[in-house]
Parts: sequence; C-alpha cells; structure tokens
Amino acid sequence: MPRRITNPFSSSSSSSTMPNPDAAAERRPSLSKATRIAQFFSSPKSKDQLSEKQALQAMQQNQGAGTATSILSLPSISLSEHLNSHESTTLFQPPSLEETLKRQRAEAQFGPLNSQSHRYISTHDGSTLEPPVEDEPPYYYVLTTYLSYLILIFFGHARDFFGKRFGDQNHYKALRAQNGYAPLNDDFDNFYVRRLKMRIDDCFARPTTGVPGRYITLLDRKSDDFNRNYQYTGTCTETLNMSSYNYLGFAQSVGPCADAVEECVHKYGLSACSPRADTGTSDLALEVEREIAKFVGKPAAMVFSMGFVTNAGSFPALVSKGDLIISDELNHASIRIGARLSGAVIRSFKHNNMDDLEKLLREAIAQGQPRTHRPWKKILVAIEGLYSMEGTMCDLPGILALKKKYKFFLYIDEAHSIGAVGANGRGVCDYFNVDPAEVDILMGTLTKSFGANGGYVAAEKHIIDKLKATNAATLLGESPAPAVLMQILASLKIIEGELAPGQGEERLQRIAFNSRYLRLGLKRLGFIVYGHDDSPIIPVMLYNPGKISAFSHEMLKRKIAVVVVGYPATPLISSRARFCVSAAHNKDDLDRLLAACDEVGDILQIKFSTGVAGGLEPLPAGVTPEMEKEYIKAKGQALIKPPRWKLEDVIARGVEDAKRPLR
Amino acid sequence: MELQELQTHLTEWLNEAITAFQKVPGSAVLIRYVRSSYQNDPVRSAIELVLVIFFIRYLMAPAYSTSKQNFIKLTDDEIDELVDEWTPEPLVPNMTVLEEMESEKLPIIVGATGPKSKLANGRTVTNLASYNFYNLNANEQIKEKAIQTLRTYGVGPCGPPQFYGTQDVHMRAEADIANYIGTEGCIVYAQAFSTISSVIPAFCKRGDIIVADRAVNYSIRRGLEISRSNIRWYAHNDLDDLERVMAKVVAEQARTKKLTRRFLVTEALFETTGEMNDLPHLIELKEKYKFRIMLDETWSFGVLGRTGRGLTEAQNVDPTQVDMIVGSLAGPLCAGGGFCAGPKDVVEHQRLTAASYTFSAALPAMLAIIASESLHVIQENPEATLGVCRENIRLMRAQLDPKSDWVICTSAPENPILLLVLKPQVVEARRLTAEDQERLLQEVADECLANNILVTRLKGGPITTHMGLKDNVYTATPALKVCVTSGLSKKETEKAGIAIRHAITKVMTKKGNNKLGVPTA
Repeated sequence: MPRRITNPFSSSSSSSTMPNPDAAAERRPSLSKATRIAQFFSSPKSKDQLSEKQALQAMQQNQGAGTATSILSLPSISLSEHLNSHESTTLFQPPSLEETLKRQRAEAQFGPLNSQSHRYISTHDGSTLEPPVEDEPPYYYVLTTYLSYLILIFFGHARDFFGKRFGDQNHYKALRAQNGYAPLNDDFDNFYVRRLKMRIDDCFARPTTGVPGRYITLLDRKSDDFNRNYQYTGTCTETLNMSSYNYLGFAQSVGPCADAVEECVHKYGLSACSPRADTGTSDLALEVEREIAKFVGKPAAMVFSMGFVTNAGSFPALVSKGDLIISDELNHASIRIGARLSGAVIRSFKHNNMDDLEKLLREAIAQGQPRTHRPWKKILVAIEGLYSMEGTMCDLPGILALKKKYKFFLYIDEAHSIGAVGANGRGVCDYFNVDPAEVDILMGTLTKSFGANGGYVAAEKHIIDKLKATNAATLLGESPAPAVLMQILASLKIIEGELAPGQGEERLQRIAFNSRYLRLGLKRLGFIVYGHDDSPIIPVMLYNPGKISAFSHEMLKRKIAVVVVGYPATPLISSRARFCVSAAHNKDDLDRLLAACDEVGDILQIKFSTGVAGGLEPLPAGVTPEMEKEYIKAKGQALIKPPRWKLEDVIARGVEDAKRPLR
Repeated sequence: MELQELQTHLTEWLNEAITAFQKVPGSAVLIRYVRSSYQNDPVRSAIELVLVIFFIRYLMAPAYSTSKQNFIKLTDDEIDELVDEWTPEPLVPNMTVLEEMESEKLPIIVGATGPKSKLANGRTVTNLASYNFYNLNANEQIKEKAIQTLRTYGVGPCGPPQFYGTQDVHMRAEADIANYIGTEGCIVYAQAFSTISSVIPAFCKRGDIIVADRAVNYSIRRGLEISRSNIRWYAHNDLDDLERVMAKVVAEQARTKKLTRRFLVTEALFETTGEMNDLPHLIELKEKYKFRIMLDETWSFGVLGRTGRGLTEAQNVDPTQVDMIVGSLAGPLCAGGGFCAGPKDVVEHQRLTAASYTFSAALPAMLAIIASESLHVIQENPEATLGVCRENIRLMRAQLDPKSDWVICTSAPENPILLLVLKPQVVEARRLTAEDQERLLQEVADECLANNILVTRLKGGPITTHMGLKDNVYTATPALKVCVTSGLSKKETEKAGIAIRHAITKVMTKKGNNKLGVPTA
C-alpha cells in the first residue's frame, strides 16, 4: 500500500557521513559577472558584441577554480616572517581554511597540471592506420580460463539442482511455474546473472556520490549474504576515478560550466515539459544545435535527451525495407537495436577489417536483395569512431576510400571519440584530418566528453530537417533539460576557446598526453593492452574470471575505482579491466595507478606481455625508431623480449617517450 | 642402385611409421578390428572406409549458409560493372507537404516554459501545449534543490549505472517512487520515451505471448517489435474482446501442454485517445487467465488518484497486483527519465537485461532530485496542484465538449491533456481524409496562436507510419491537444477555452474549408 516518502538513507544511520544533497550541499553563490555571461550566451541573438568581450574577460579573472588560472594564493614561506612574526612583509597571505577547502574540492574534480610538458596534440600522421598488434597469453591461462567457466557453470547447475529441492524457496520463486504462471526468467541469461555475476556483483554498480571527476566518492557497502543484499555502512571512500567517461574533465560542480548552468536553471526553469515537436524547442536548444553543428563541421545538427535513443531512433528514420545496413561486428547495442527496428537487412563485417568489408560490399551489390536479386535501394555502413571495449579507432581513411568506390552512406557513432580525439577534439574526422563533409551522418553522445547527457546527430541540412520531422524520438520523446543543454553549450564554448581561452586547449592536450603516457607505462610494465595509441580507453587483459573481481578489489584497496568487464560484454576468454583516461588526471594520478598496477600485476600474475605489442627496452644508440623494423629483422626475433620494466624506469622515461611514436 | 636405396629408405620409413602407430594407445585394437572384419566381410570394411571419408569431408566442409541459397557466381569484372552501374537512392526522401508545414509552424519558446510563454516572434502566449500541469517548472523550492545538487554532483553522471554511474540520488529517487506508488522496488531509466521499449524485451522473449491493445503508444509498439514474442491484439479499450483473445490463447496453450509466459500490455491513460483503462476489470481478467500485466502509466503517473499515484490509486487497486508499472518523470514532474516499479526481483532483473538501462548513461543527478522533490510537492499539497488543475480541466472541458458543434473530447474527465477530435458526423459529411483533418486542426492551432493561445496537435505520425507490426497497422485519429495547467487562473482557463472554441468554429465555417458546401450545423 502507498506509504509516505521518507529519506531511505536517514534510517540507516543517524550519524551518516554521506553527503545529503538537501542539506550538506554547500552552495557557492554564483559570481555576478558569470551571471552576465551566462545570460549572454543563452539569449537567442547577441545584444552587442562589446559586452560579450567584457564579460568574457571578467569571467576569466573570476575563475579561481579553473585550470588555466589555478595559481591561487600559495602558502608563503619567508624568512622575514620568522624574524618579525608580529608583522607580515610578504606579498602573499596564507590561504584561509575556507579557501583551502574550496581549492581541494576543485582539485578533486579537476587535477592541476604539474608541468607544461605533460601535453600532447592528438592527431594522426597521415599514414594508413595499422591495426594494433594483439598479444596473446600463454596457453596455460587460456586453458584455465575455459576450465574456470566450466567449473563455475557446473557448480551453478549443481547449486540450482539442490537449491530448488532443499534450499530457500524464495530464491527460486521466479524460476518455476507458480499457480499457473510460467516462470518469469528461466533462460541462460538469468542463470548467468544468478550463478556467475552474483559472485562478483560487488564489483559492479558501486553507488557513488558527488562529482565523478578526477576522484570519485564511493559509498561503502558490505554484504552478509553473498551479494544478494547490501548494507550501507554510512561511510564513503574517495578513490581515483579511472572509470567515468569524463574525457575532457567537464564533470565539475564549480567553474564556468556550473555557473552557467545555475543561471540557466533560474532563467529557463527545470524542464522543457514537452517533446521537441510540440513546444520543447527553445532558443537554447536551437543554439546548442547550431553550436554542435559548427563544432563537428556539419551544416546542421539535432540533439536528443538520451544517447542510446539517438542511435535506436535514427536508424529507423534513415533506412527501411529494401535497404542494407552493414555494421561492424563490435558496434554498440544501441546501433544493433536501431538497425533491427529499421526493418532493413543487417550484415556485419569483422571488426575494423577493410578487406572483409570490401568483400561484403561487392557481394551485396552484385547479389542484390536476398531471393529477389533486386538492387539495394541504399547501403548504410555503420561504424564507431572509438570502440569502447577495445580502445580501437575506426579506419576512417580506409573506409572513405571504399565509400568513393561503392557509393554507400557512412554513419559514424562518435560516442567516445567526440571531444576525446583530434587536435581540436572534433572526433575522428579531426584526428585523421578528413573533411567532415565526406561522412554522411555524424552521431555522438554528449554524456562523455561534455559532462552533460544525451546525444546528437549532425548532417546536411535537408537530412536533419527530414529527420526532425520523422524521428520518433524527436516527435514523442522528451526534450533535453535546459540545464543539460547549457552544460553542453558552455563546455563547447570552452573547448573552442570562446570561453576561458586556453582552458579548452589544455584539456585536449592533457587527455592526449595522459592516454599515451598510461598506455606506454602499462605496456612497459608487462601488461597486455588493447587499442590504438591515442585512444583514451585502455583495456588491460585479465583472462581468468577469478581475476576480474580480484583486480577490482585490489585496486579498490589502493583507492582506485576501475571498471572490470567479462562475458557477455567481451568474448568469453578475454575478460578485462578498462581504464578511461581523463583530462582531469595529472601525471601524479597516472603514476599512482601505474604503481598500483605494478603491485597488483605481480600478485595476480597478469603480466603476460611477450613484447610483440610494444613496451620494449630502449633501442641501442644510433638506431632510430624508423630503423627499428629492419634492426629487429637483422638481429633476429630474440630482440623481442617480454617487457618487465621497473616502475622507476617507467616513470622516469615515460614523459619523453610518450610523445614519440609508441613502441 | 638408386632405386634400391629408395626401397631401403621406404622400408625404413614404413617401419618407423608402424612403430609410431603402434605406440598410439588403442592402435592394436583398431588393427585387430580391421583385420578380423576384413577377413569376415571385405565389403563391410569398404563401406566403413567410405563412411569415414564422408565423415571427414563433412567435418571439413564450410558451414551451411542460408543466405547463399540462390547465390549467383559472378566474375570480378562483372561485379565491378555492377558496382559502377549501381546508384543508390538519396539517404532521405524529400519532406512531405505536411512535414514542411509542421516544421515551418514549430513554435520556438524563448526563456522558460510556463503558463505564459514568450515565443521567438516576440509575442507572449497562453501556453496550453506543455505538460506543465502543475507549473512545477517555476517552483522556486525545487529549483533551489536542483542548484544545490548541481553544486554537489555536477551535471552528468558520466557513466552507465553498472559502472559507477549509480549515484545515491538515483537510489533515493527509486526509493521515493517505490514508496509513493506502494511497490517493493523501482528502477529509474534515463529517458521516459525509451523506458517501456526496453522493459518489454527484458521479460518477453521469443515464443512468449503478449496480448496488447490495438491503440498502444509508439514506445510500446517498439518494445513489442524488439521482443520477438507472439503478439495478439484486442480491439481498443474493449475488455470483452480482451477476454475473448485471452481465452483463445489459454485454450491454444492447453493443447500444447507447454506453459509459456503470457503478458498483457496496455496503457492507463491512452496517449492517442486520452481514454482511461478499467484496471479492476483488467486485474480480474489477468488473474483469471494467468497473465502478467505491464501497465504504462506514462500519462497517468502524477495525474490520476487523490495524490497523483496513478491509475492504481484512482481505481483503488493494490499496486502490488500490477506486475510492472512503467511511468514517466518527464511530464508533470518536470524532471526527466522514466521508471519501472514492481516486485524486487522484477526490478533487479532489469538492471542487467534492459538495454536502455544497461547501455545508456544514468540520469543526471539534478533530474533525479527534481523528481524526488516534485513528488514531495505534489504529495504534500495535492489540493494546490492536482486539485486546482482538475478544476481547470473541468472548466476547460465545459467550454469545449458539449458546447462545440464540431469537436468532441475523447480524453477521460480527469486527463489534463484534452484531445479534441472532429465529430464523426462532420468527418463523414465532409468526407475528410486523415490528412484533411490534420490540415484543419493545424489551421485551428494557427487561429488560436493568432489569439495568443498556444495549442498543438497530437503527433500520430510515428504510429501511423509504423510498419514493424504488420498485423496491426493503426491510424491515430487526428486530434487537437490542449494541455491544462494549474498555473492559469480559472478565469484565464475559461477565456482560453472560449477562444479555442471560437477558433474551431471559425476554421470549420470558413468558405474554403467547407468542401461540399454542407450547411453548418
């Protein structure tokens, strides 16, 4: 029966230290000048150009918490202070407690840059994109992985067999027919969840609080009944955040973005209260769309309130019966669902394999539609810019060469690549120096790099106009909230340098450096790492299912939050941990992670690398990286030794080597 | 000489091969078997040999492919020619006349959405088109909470719920909603529109049976399509027909002796017609025929019942009797996202199997808090929110339904979304096609806008053009949509109602629109 709403956390412990959003939230009064600027760029037409500049300048002077100007008053150490303690002769005053706390909070969300040398420009050198070399573990580990799953499945079935007969019947209620109802779940998925995932369930969906920035605060929980239920202890742990898709570090509750959003809530209210096709189209939404189109380099764009639905809704609006969708085998679930809903025929090609794609295209065009042999009305190739589980980038130059010949339409899902790669953060087109006009549809999410929520589709104007009229998610789905729209707008303006000049560039170059530095470090320590060099997604292979939870727990012990994934998100054999690098991290954070990985890697025996995928010892004097291939050929394969660098050496050489071609 | 050497070598190899073969465990048995069988029956040995060769060939053969059944082998040159000849259609067709008209007339709101909204053309209009029923969009108390949340959590959660995207505010929103409705648990999705499209396929698999109302909304239709279950339809809001269909399903299953999952999917307040469902009757049928019920409360959550708990409260049904209640936080609550409430195992099952929960980023913390706060506001003072709104609905309706000669309101009396459709006799007398009706209603909306009243039309396009469910091609009746809000005074609401009625009359009696010159009623 209906009950009254109570705060579910207040009952758990009265002296809870969990930050309560109602009361504990310290509200920082917004800066009046920040207010002015927020008002400016949320209005449909600029009132006058002069005030924009003034406001922008004022804004920069005002952000103490920002990155570019993080030189707050430093603690002063001066001899004179010791001598005449009654009067200060120094210029700087030591920061007050309040100021220190404020700064600590800002730095927990976005780490300060320690050295200007920790920057790199993410761009491709114009050569063909080589697929990354995939290293393999010794057969022993492959075998034990399969064995582990066999044992797990066997025990699972055995427990089910006895449990259904002698165990607590409440746990099996959903599995068996009851007074005439068929069991609600009885398939393998459900078995997998109960008997395999449940064992390591505490590594997933760890509840958090606060900003998912450089650090993330986890709510501590424990379980007395093998992860069936959790008890919250009421304490929290601040951990290094290697898990969030916070590529450019815009997950912040202070700074220009948050100021703009606060002002926006006052001005635009909480919600648009309507789908876009009714009255959900505000001047703000249109401005965001213009700004996104400009950013990705397309004439028009449209925004959605959810990234998943951007894909799931766009495919039915673009293709239908008689069309063919050719999809990369590792494409995201949202693309697969969208493709299925469209009614078109779906084929898939091997991940990033251009030869396989060409073979498929030739066959499809030559054979036409199944049975009738009528030519396809159109062919749409769907790929992702950056694959979220592999860390690989699409071979855009290769695909565009095929596109010229085979006249298909190209749909790129830039969910992870927008903001994260490219010299200007404009995604894979920027990274490969390709004109965005060559790609038909550029889709992306606003959740990841921009710290907001939702997704966009950018294309030619006539395509967007038609999609706006036919896409059900626009006609019936809710519009993005004004606060979310403002977060997108403000972060875009920062990346482009219109707001807080220099900050956007710094963010882009920091994530590029961090990605390369961490990847190289992990390779040198001896881990098998997947993906391309410039990708901020860095999967580290674990293989055995037991190591999934062990790795997660060991990292948590060292106060690092990592994402671990196993089957069914990956192939059965290749369970992995995934690090997502952010511009909010600095080199110290990455060194801390490398040190932790070094220790844990030894404990769990996951340093499998054989050296074929890089991380080798430095070349002898006189041999340049360009000559490396021939040098190895001349000296024999014996040069490729399993890399097991010492942590100190990794850190000492990392900064320099990360900026060279990785080897 | 050389030949002899070769012979010795051959003998050596042969001997080596024999010793190697003899070392293999079981080889002696095999040889004995072949020898004895050959002595008894040489033909049998030959047949066995053929079988072994066939078996090896079968194992080595490429996998059987269904798609290559009528594969035509072409040379590379021929394929190149075909590739050159092939010209694809453009990616999107041109816009239709109706679509162009719609995009031209799309209202653009400047600043906040409220009972009085400012449009881009500079006019301030009475907004009867937004789902802002209780004007919570302007509630300062909720705004304050939202900003506090912003200053603690930032905007986006930057990750899916399974990977550190679950925040304590989400858990709180889930607990609040579950407590409010009175179910064991609740799961919050990041978008209302895609919630039920994911809830249905999370439970309904191939081979299961779903019985659904013919007029269900587009989100449900998408969910049904993805589920791959067997779908049976019953006539819109006709529970006798439902019983007939259910009885038939049960009878069919009794014959096969296999118990499959059976689901009933319907809406509390129908999106396309505004009508209300009869939940007690549905529960009775569901229990009689052993179906599980998925109730879409998108338009009724926060609307129906004394304190807005939805259809269960309005019709005094224990919410635990409904297996899954799906609702929206984006409508009158002015937050965002959707939810599914139900027993704990139903909720937990979705956390890993519902695609739009698992594969999507979590709801922004601000929106979760807004949802919790909005529920508090409604629950604490139902009179000031629901009560005022209902009074306005009554006043608005009174101006339109019985008084207008041209339209009727299909919505239930409690529904703040008044759907006005042209009277069937008018449609019949003037032989209006669906497109004509859309055009006329758009003219009415334009006429209202000229009088500074913003109303909109029901967007039935996606349902009408949805071809995924071939056995149910449903055309939504074109309707004018008037959304009542408690943010307007009684007088303003009445005045707006009169203006809408006059606008309808003006458009319907306009010369050009009276196609057949039928005298006006």
